[in-house]
Amino acid sequence: MLHIVNKSATERSSLDSCLRLATKGSAVLLIEDAVYAATKGNAAAAKIQAAAADLKIYALGPDLAARGMAGRVLDGVNVVDYGGFVDLVAEYRNCQSWL
Amino acid sequence: MSDMDMEDDGSGIVKKFMFLNRKAPHGTVYALEGLEVVLITAAFDQDVSLVFTDDGVYQLMKGIDTKGIEVKDFSKTYRALEGYDIEKLYVDKTSMDARGLTEEDLIVDVTVLSDDEMKNLMEEQDVVISF
Repeated sequence: MLHIVNKSATERSSLDSCLRLATKGSAVLLIEDAVYAATKGNAAAAKIQAAAADLKIYALGPDLAARGMAGRVLDGVNVVDYGGFVDLVAEYRNCQSWL
Repeated sequence: MSDMDMEDDGSGIVKKFMFLNRKAPHGTVYALEGLEVVLITAAFDQDVSLVFTDDGVYQLMKGIDTKGIEVKDFSKTYRALEGYDIEKLYVDKTSMDARGLTEEDLIVDVTVLSDDEMKNLMEEQDVVISF
């Protein structure tokens, strides 16, 4: 399954719920305000890095750039563009948006 | 407020206004709308403090490039606030630390406040408006 998270982890619990319920081998795509969780020094960074052992973690590049965060992405997080977003949706059998 | 003040037409009264910004930019419209209200307030010659806390500190990030998401980049506007005599900009150190940010990462000069300093600043306001 592809999990899509769009809320900031320092404001909402969406990322926690997603990481709690995502099965091994799933992908998590961080978009909009959720991209902050994939940046160095963020309070949620340790959760992302721990989750990367069992899940593939992606972050949307244009959303990182729009937030001044393009140069601060954590190691182990894959940055994708809109085309990559489409590829992920096509690659996984189903998807869940943690709105 | 005294009776004298009440009879005044209001034009001479200066209150302490705090705008408390707690949302990241772009994900919601709060940051942009808050900034618009601050610019309007500048026309009324009030004592304005602009505070950034929680995800609000992200509003001041350097290097924002919104071309890819096709929305307005309003981050430069924070640098114009000085021209509207809005010079009291504060950020909350606890929020900066939780996001791995320092003053060097921000687009404008700010005063970094401890929790105690934040509490006192909030307490001394006449009006607090939150976005």
